[in-house]
Amino acid sequence: MARAATTADAFNAVAEPRRRQILDLLVEGERSVSSIVAEIPVSQPQVSKHLKVLKEVGLVRARSDGRQRLYRLDPVALKPIHDWVKDYERLWNERLDRLDGYLYELQRKDQ
Amino acid sequence: MPIDRKGSAEVTLPSDTEILITRKFDAPAELLFDVWTTPEHVRNWWGWETDQMKVCEIDLRVGGRYRFVAGDGERDVAFGGVYQEIDRPRRLVSTEVYEPYPESESVNTLTLEENDGVTTMTILVRHRSKEARDATIASGMESGLQHSLDRVDVIVAGELENA
Repeated sequence: MARAATTADAFNAVAEPRRRQILDLLVEGERSVSSIVAEIPVSQPQVSKHLKVLKEVGLVRARSDGRQRLYRLDPVALKPIHDWVKDYERLWNERLDRLDGYLYELQRKDQ
Repeated sequence: MPIDRKGSAEVTLPSDTEILITRKFDAPAELLFDVWTTPEHVRNWWGWETDQMKVCEIDLRVGGRYRFVAGDGERDVAFGGVYQEIDRPRRLVSTEVYEPYPESESVNTLTLEENDGVTTMTILVRHRSKEARDATIASGMESGLQHSLDRVDVIVAGELENA
């Protein structure tokens, strides 16, 4: 039975820069531990440790493929983090859209 | 017919203490810089949809202060800061404080890069700590939620479908 991931868990897990690097790599698709080790300057045991934390909070899922384990993102668990930034982005979009409209009016008047 | 750039601002988190906002405008950098730094202009776009801008003071010189207050009659929000670097029309560095929370102070760097009549704006918000940065984003989320109860996040919905 997978442990239920709370928002705090996921937020804490992505606070660590190396773990964010691993998540960035997994955005591109499923990967094995060795292919992650090849991309970032971290030892295999360290990468495995980070993956374990990410798996515990539900941010990544693992499956076996022959002798290797493959890891991929779980977008459902990423949703709270995604929403967190998206709402802030919306606020800026409202403001900068108003600025855009105002600039358009100013330039039209000048013509 | 102008290009529709509505909703095209992007927010990314380049490090634990920073927020980066990027957006393109169909206007020269000079005009954008003026509209960003002149009270008569700022009154027309800064603030929130429902709010009146009550105070808009700008003393545009190194060491000079600015202060913006917007309110809906019940609650006022006040921001202020000091200009640190002015390189018209390419770059403007200033501090920013949300007045109720002095510990929220950040250093904001505005850059404007013009190319073929299109200006790319970036705003790099640099906080002292990850906690302060996260609090800033969280405050955006609160007001965002108030305005968007019926919002459907298309990107996440798409990801969920593919999961």
